[in-house]
Amino acid sequence: MTAYIIRRVLYAVPIALGVSIVCFTLIYLAPGNPLQTLLPEDASAETVAMVKKAYGLDKPIPVQYLIWLGRAVTGDLGKSIASGRKVSEEIAKALANTMVLALGAIGLSFSLAFGLGVTAGYLNGSWADRVVTGIAVIGVSIPNYWLGMTLIIIFAVELQVLPATGMGPGGSSTFHIFNPQHLRHVVLPVVTLSMIPMGIIARTTRAAVAETLNQDFVQTLRAKGLKARTVAGHVIKNALPQILAVIGLQFGYLLGGSILVETVFTWPGTGFLLNKAILTRDIPVLQGVTLMLATFFVVTNLLVDLLQTAVNPRMQRH
Amino acid sequence: MIHHGAADSPALQTLDGRVGAPPKAPKALKARSYWQTVGYRLRHDYLTLCFGGVVLLIVLSAIFAPLLAPADPYQTGMIARLKPFGYKGHLLGTDELGRDMLSRLLYGGRVSLTMGMVPVMLATSIGGTLGIVAGYAGRHVNMVIMRTMDVFYAFPSILLAVAISGTLGGGMRNGMLALSLVFIPPLCRVAETATTQVRNLDFVEAARASGAGLRSIVWHHILSNALGPVFIYASSLVSVSVLIASGLSFLGLGVEPPTPDWGLMLNTLRQVIYIAPSLAALPGVLIFITSICFNLLSDGLRAAMDIRM
Repeated sequence: MTAYIIRRVLYAVPIALGVSIVCFTLIYLAPGNPLQTLLPEDASAETVAMVKKAYGLDKPIPVQYLIWLGRAVTGDLGKSIASGRKVSEEIAKALANTMVLALGAIGLSFSLAFGLGVTAGYLNGSWADRVVTGIAVIGVSIPNYWLGMTLIIIFAVELQVLPATGMGPGGSSTFHIFNPQHLRHVVLPVVTLSMIPMGIIARTTRAAVAETLNQDFVQTLRAKGLKARTVAGHVIKNALPQILAVIGLQFGYLLGGSILVETVFTWPGTGFLLNKAILTRDIPVLQGVTLMLATFFVVTNLLVDLLQTAVNPRMQRH
Repeated sequence: MIHHGAADSPALQTLDGRVGAPPKAPKALKARSYWQTVGYRLRHDYLTLCFGGVVLLIVLSAIFAPLLAPADPYQTGMIARLKPFGYKGHLLGTDELGRDMLSRLLYGGRVSLTMGMVPVMLATSIGGTLGIVAGYAGRHVNMVIMRTMDVFYAFPSILLAVAISGTLGGGMRNGMLALSLVFIPPLCRVAETATTQVRNLDFVEAARASGAGLRSIVWHHILSNALGPVFIYASSLVSVSVLIASGLSFLGLGVEPPTPDWGLMLNTLRQVIYIAPSLAALPGVLIFITSICFNLLSDGLRAAMDIRM
C-alpha cells in the first residue's frame, strides 16, 4: 500500500509539471508580446531593454520558465496588471468563495443523486429507472448559465423571494455561513451548479448498483436469508468506490468549471476573477488562476485515487 | 414418391399458404452484416429516431435560415424594441435593438451549431489519428503521445477552453481552436485503447504473417475496429461541445456582437431579464433542446452500435 501511494504521488509530479508548462505557454499564446501590456507604444529602445531585464524577458524561454516555476512553487504568481495586487492574494480570496459554491453543489447533488441512482439501479429497467435516467440526461444537457438566468427570472424577478446576484448584502465578498443573508444568496448558484454533477453521479450510481446486484455474492447473501436491508448495505459498500471516484472528479470540475455560473450570479470566485482577467487582458491573473485550478484538479484526482484504493485495495492502478 | 416432410411444417404452410404445394427449399436466413444490424436496430428504436428527427430539423433550419427567416436578422428598429411574442408579425417578438427574434434565432443556429460541431470533427480526426498511431506504434511513441494527453486531461474542460480562447483573444475561430484542443485528449485515449486491443489479436498477427503491409493492416483491420468506439464517443461529445461553445459566446469569447449566436444573444438579453424575462430565456431553450437531443441521439447510436448488447 505504501509503495502504491508513493508510486501514485510520483506519477502526479510529471503531470503537474506538464500543467505548469501549459500555463506558462499561455503568455506566448496571447497576441502581441508580453511587453506590449506593460509599456506604452512609443517607449524607447533603452526602456524596452530595461523592462525586459527587470522582468527576466531577456533570458532564453526555458530559463524564464524555470524562474517562473520557482516563484510559482513558493506562492509568488506575480502581480495583477489591472489592480497591481499580488495574484496569489486575489486567487486565495476568490478560491475560498468558489469553494463555498463547489462544496454546496457537491453536497446537494450527491444527496439528490445517490437516492435516485440507488433506486434506479435496484429497479433496473422499470419506469422509475427511466425517470431517473431522464432526470440525469436533463442534468447533463441543460446549459447551466441559462438555468441560472431562468432561476433568477423565476425566484428573483417574478417571485422576489431570493436575491438575484452577488454574495451578500452590499456587494460583500467574504462568505459568512451563519449569516442568513449570505445563505439566501448561495441558494440559486448552488442549485444551478449542482445540475451537471447530479446527472453524472446519478448515472454512475445507477450503473454501479445494477452491476453489483448482478454479482454472485448478492445471490449468496440472499440465499443465506439476510434481510433485504442488510443486503443493500453490502451492495452499496461494493458500489461505493466507483461513486466516490466520480464525486471527487466532479468536485474538481466544479472548482474549474464554475466560470459561467459565477458570471451569471456575479459571484466573486475564481471563475469571475478569470472572466475579469480575460476582459482586461490581465494575463498574469489568467495564468495564475488556470495554474491554481488545474493543480487543484490534479491533487483532487490523486486524493480520489488514494481514497478509492483505501476503500477497495483491488482497485490499485498499475 | 418424394417425401413431403418439409411441407407439413407450419413454417412452410404460412410461407406459401397452400398445403401440399410442391416443396421448396426452406429459405436460408440471410446473415446480417454489422452495419445491417445497426441499421435494423436504429430503425426499430423509435425514440432515437425521434431525437434524430429533431436534430435534423435544427440543422436544416440553420442551413436554410435565409429562406426561412421572416426578416433580416440585422435590421434594427428603434421603436419596436423588446416587444412580446406575436407583436406585428414578429412571431417571437423583438430583441433589445428591435431585431426580429425568430430570424436571429434561425441565423444564430448557424454559428452555434458550427462552433459546436466543427471542433468535434477536427478533434476526432486529429485525436483519432494520434490515438491510432500511439496504439499501433506502442512503446516510446505511445508513451510520449499518451503522457502529453494526460497533461491536457488534468484541466477541467471548460477551464481549458476558456483559458485558451481567452488568451488568444476570443473570436469564433479561436473558440473552435480551443474546443478542438479540449476534445483531442479524450478522443485520442479512446482510439488508443481500441487500437491496442485490436493490435494484439491473432487475426492481425495472421495478416502480418501472411505478408500484409503496415498500410493494409491499419486500413483493413485497425481502422475498421477502432473507428466504431471513436465515432460513438465523438457523437457523445457534440452535446458537450454545443454547451461549451455557447458558453464561450455567453462569456463574450465567441463571435463579435452584431452576428447572431445563441450564446451571445443570451448574454446581451441578460441585461433585460427584468423587462422581458421570457424573451431573454429563449436562446437558452434552443441550446438546451439541441444539447439534449444530441445527447439522446448519441445514447441511441451507442446502444445500436454496441455489439455486446
